[in-house]
Amino acid sequence: MISQLFILSSKGDPLIYKDFRGDCGGSDVAEIFYRKVTELPGDQPPVVMVHHKGYHFVHIRHFSLYLVVTTSGSVSPFILLELLSRLATLLSDYCGSISEKTLSLNVALVYELLDEVLDYGYIQTTSTEMLRNFIQTEAVVSKPFNLFELSSVGLFGAETQQSKVAPSSAASRPVLTGRSDQSHKNDVFLDVIERLSVLIGSNGSLLKVDVQGEIRLKSFLPSCSEMRIGLTEEFCVGKSELRGYGPGVRVDEVSFHGSVRLDEFESHRILRLQPSQGELTIMRYQLSDDLPSPLPFRLFPSVQWDHGSGRLQVYLKLRCDLPPKSQALHVKLHLPLPRGVASLSQDLSSPEQKAELGEGVLQWDLPRVQGGSQLCGLFQMDVPGLPDPPSPAPPLGLGPASLSFELPRYTCSGLQVRFLRLTAPGTPGNISPHTWVRHLSHSDTYVIRI
Amino acid sequence: MPYLGSEDIVKELKKALCNPHIQADRPRYRNVIQRVIRMPDLDHWGQAEVLGFLLRYQPRSEEELFAILNLLDSSLQSSSPAVVMAATKLFLVLAKEFPHVQTDVLVRVKGPLLTACSSESRELCFAALCHVRRILRSLPGHFSSHYKKFFCSYSEPHYIKLQKVEVLCELVNDENVQQVLDELRDYCTDVSADLAQAAIFAIGGIARTYTDQCVQILTELLVLRQEHITSAVVQTFRNLVWLCPQCTEAVCQALPGCEENIQDSEGKQALIWLLGVHGEIIPNAPYVLEDFVENVKAETFPAVKMELLTALLRLFLSRPAECQDMLGRLLYYCLEEEKDMAVRDRGLFYYRLLLTGIDEVKRILCSPKSDPSLGLLEDQAERPVNSWVSEFNTLVPMYSKACWAAISSSQVSEPHGPEPSGNGVLSASGSLVLENKEELQPLCDSGSFLLVPNGQLTAEQFEKTWLSLEVAHQEVLPWQGVAHPDTIQTALQVVNIQAIALSKAGVQPWKAYFSAQDGAGCLFLTELLLDPEPSQVHLSVKQSQAKAEALNSFISVLKTVIGTIVGIKS
Repeated sequence: MISQLFILSSKGDPLIYKDFRGDCGGSDVAEIFYRKVTELPGDQPPVVMVHHKGYHFVHIRHFSLYLVVTTSGSVSPFILLELLSRLATLLSDYCGSISEKTLSLNVALVYELLDEVLDYGYIQTTSTEMLRNFIQTEAVVSKPFNLFELSSVGLFGAETQQSKVAPSSAASRPVLTGRSDQSHKNDVFLDVIERLSVLIGSNGSLLKVDVQGEIRLKSFLPSCSEMRIGLTEEFCVGKSELRGYGPGVRVDEVSFHGSVRLDEFESHRILRLQPSQGELTIMRYQLSDDLPSPLPFRLFPSVQWDHGSGRLQVYLKLRCDLPPKSQALHVKLHLPLPRGVASLSQDLSSPEQKAELGEGVLQWDLPRVQGGSQLCGLFQMDVPGLPDPPSPAPPLGLGPASLSFELPRYTCSGLQVRFLRLTAPGTPGNISPHTWVRHLSHSDTYVIRI
Repeated sequence: MPYLGSEDIVKELKKALCNPHIQADRPRYRNVIQRVIRMPDLDHWGQAEVLGFLLRYQPRSEEELFAILNLLDSSLQSSSPAVVMAATKLFLVLAKEFPHVQTDVLVRVKGPLLTACSSESRELCFAALCHVRRILRSLPGHFSSHYKKFFCSYSEPHYIKLQKVEVLCELVNDENVQQVLDELRDYCTDVSADLAQAAIFAIGGIARTYTDQCVQILTELLVLRQEHITSAVVQTFRNLVWLCPQCTEAVCQALPGCEENIQDSEGKQALIWLLGVHGEIIPNAPYVLEDFVENVKAETFPAVKMELLTALLRLFLSRPAECQDMLGRLLYYCLEEEKDMAVRDRGLFYYRLLLTGIDEVKRILCSPKSDPSLGLLEDQAERPVNSWVSEFNTLVPMYSKACWAAISSSQVSEPHGPEPSGNGVLSASGSLVLENKEELQPLCDSGSFLLVPNGQLTAEQFEKTWLSLEVAHQEVLPWQGVAHPDTIQTALQVVNIQAIALSKAGVQPWKAYFSAQDGAGCLFLTELLLDPEPSQVHLSVKQSQAKAEALNSFISVLKTVIGTIVGIKS
C-alpha cells in the first residue's frame, strides 16, 4: 500500500514526513518530489508522477499545501485520493484550520494521528469517533477563539435583529480540543451549499447549467444524540417523481452518507442520523439543465471599436434576476482583453464598485448586488492592431466573461432545510445545543461568451 | 494484516487467504469468502480492501459467480468513489466470460463516475476522467448523452482541460456532433496556445467521420491569421488529407495565404508536404516553395529542409517547367553547402535518382499508396473490455500511453525484488509472472544447459536462418484462453528467450517467433502457432547446430515456461 506520506508547504519545506515501510528511499524523497512537481512541463498532469523502481507519487493540493504519498503502481488511485482528502479534513478538525502555521504548531498531534490512521501503510480507520479514544495530545490553536468577536461579520451577520450572531470564524475552530473545556462546545452547524456551473453562449442561449449541492454537518457535540433533519416536503428525485402540487423542488440524483437512516425519507423527507464530532457530508445531489428559478445573472455586452484610432469600447449591462429581497455578494466579473491593451477609462454606476486592468484582463468588482437591479459599466481602452469594423465577431482575445459570486440564504434548486432537531443526551448540566442552519449558493464557473 | 474494522473480519480473512488447508478445500474456502462478503461492520476503507482481495478469487461455477455479484451489489451504490471503483473492477474481472454483464455494470457505474468528474477535488476529477477514457475505448457511445459534463470550465487546471477535450473527441455521435464541434471551436480561440492546439487536433480526430463540417470550421480558423492556430490547422489538414482523400479539394482551396503565418517546424513541414503532394491543384504552389528555397540558408530545422527536397521533387514531376530552376538551386545548395548530413544525403540520393531518368523517379516517388483505411485505424478499433480491465482502478490509466510504455520498459530491465510480504493485492496478471520468476531462475541455472542473452537477432537474420533450417522438433501443447503477448514475452525474456515477433492478442491466427542462444553459440528458433479449436498451441523448434541434448534441454525450459503461463490462466 502506502510507503511514505509527507506534507510539504507551498515552497517545498517538509512539514511532516512519515515512512511506513522503509523500502522507498530516505527523507530526501520530499525534495525529489518537489523538484519533479515544479519542473513538470505544462501539459503533463501532476497528480501521479513516477518515482524510481516502480513507485509513484500521488498528491493533492489543499490550500497550497502538498499532501503526498508514495506507493506502488497497483493501488487504486481513488482510495489514495480519498484518503488524502479525508486526512486533510481530519487535520483541520483537530487543528482548526490547516496551514503551514497550524501544522508546525501541532507536529506531535499530527504524528499521533498518522500513527492511528495508518499502520504499516494500511488504512486503519479515519472516523473521528474511534480516533477520539486514542488521541491524547491537545491541539494548539493559533489564536484563542472568542464568540463575541463581531468585527468580522460573515455571512450570518447581515441582519442584526437576531440576538445571537455567530461570526464566520465560529465554524473554523477545532472540533476536538480538550476534554475539560466543555463550556461552549454545543454547537451544530448545518450548511446547504450549492455550486453553480453555467455556460451561456454568445447569442444569449443557455448552453449548460449544472448545480452540485451538498448538505454538510459540523458537529461540536461530544456525545451522539439523534438528529433529525427535515427537508422540503415537495423534494423530488428524478424526472418522473411528483409530490405535492406544482413543480416543487427537483433534483436529478441524490446520494447519502452511509450513516444516514432513510426510513422516514420516502414519506416525510426526514433524515435521521447519529452524528459524531467533526465534519460530515450528509447528502450530495445534483441538478442539470432544468433550474426552477431563473439564472442569477445575465450579461448584455455591447462592443464597439474603431479601427483607425484603435479605441475599443465595451459596454456591459449586468442584470440580476434574483428575487428582490435577495442579494449577491462579492461579485467579480473577469473579462480577458485583446493583446496589447493600453489604458482604461471607466464609467461605473455606483461608487463602491471598482474596475481594474491587470495583465490583459478587466476585473470589475461589485461588492453587493441587490436582486432585480441592473448595473452598467462603460469601459474604453486603447488597443493597437484591431481588425476592421465590418467583421461581425468581436476582436480576438476579447474572451468570455466569467463571474464569481456568492448568494447567501439562497439555493438555486430551491431545497431548504425545514427543521433540525436534536434529541438531547442525558448528560448532567447540559447546555441546550445551538443549531445554525445556513443556505448558500456560490458560483463554480459562470461563463458568458461574448 | 489490515485492520478492516473489526477483529472477526481479520480472523476470517486470515483463515481464508493464508491457511493452506482451507485453500485446498474448495467448499470451505468458498464459505469463508461468503462470510467475509457479508460482514456488515466494514467501513468504506475496509470494503475497498476486501473488494481488492476478492480479485484473487475464482468462482468455480456460474451460480457462485452470480451469488457473489448479488451479495456485493450494494457496493456499487456506495457513497465513496473508492468502493464503487473497486466493486466495478471486481465485477468486470469476475464476469470476464459474460460481456453483457460487463456492459450492464458499466451502465450502472456511469452515474458515480460522472459525479466524480465534476467533483470539487481536482485530483479526483482527473482520476475519474482517465477511467472514463478507458471505458470509452470499449464503449464509445457510453457517455454520449452526457457530453455537457465534459465541457471545460474556465478555472480548471490545464491537465484537466486536456483530458476533457480528448473525451469530447471520443464521445461524438450524430446527435451531439454539432454542439461538441461548436464547443471545440470556442476552445480553438482560447488564450492558452496549448489548449487551442489540442482542440484543433481534436476537431481533426472528429473529422475522420464528420469531414465536411470539420473542414469548414478549420478553414474559418485560418482567417484569423494567428500563428499557433494556423500551424495546428495545417498539420491537421495534412493528417486528414491522407485519411480522407475526399476533402483534398476543400483543403487545397483553403491553403493559399497560410505560409505567411507559420513559423514553427511542424507547421512548415506540414505545409510543404501538402504543397508537394497536391501541388497540381494549388495554383501558386511553386511560388510558395520558391520562397522557402530562397530562404533555405537561413532555415534552422533540418526536418523542414528534408521535407522541402521531397516536396519539390514531387512537384517537379507534375509541373516541371516552373520547378526546374528551383530544384537545381536547392540541390546545389544541399550538395555543396549544407552541413547537416541527413539533408545532404537525401539531396545526393535525389540527384542520383534524377540522373537515372524521369521514369525511374516517377516510379519511386509516385507509386501507389497503401489504402489509408487499413492500418492506422488500429487505434480506433474498439478494444474488448477484458484487454484493459486488469489496469482499471490502478495507477496505470493515470499516465498517458507513451509515459506508461516508457515506465514499464524501464522496469522490465531492472530486476524486481520479491513482493513485500503482507501485500495481498495482486490484481494484474503481469505481476503474477514475478512469482514464477523465482521458480524459473533455479531451473535455468542448474545443469550445464544455459541460455545466454544474445545480441538481438534482427528480423531479417531470423527469417533467413529460419528458412534455411529444417524443423528439429514439433509438439502440441494444451492452451487456454487468449494469448497475451506481453505476458508471454516477459516470461520468456526471463529465461533469455528473445521475442522476434508476436501477433496482437486476439488476432486469428495467433503466431509468435522467438530466438535463443546457448553458451556454445547454438541458435534455437521457435515458432508458436495458437489453434483456437481445440485450444492448443503448436510448437516448432529449429536448431542451428544438431545437438540433441541441447535441444531437449531447450524444449524442456520452453515447455516449463509455457506450462506456467497456462497455469496462471486456469
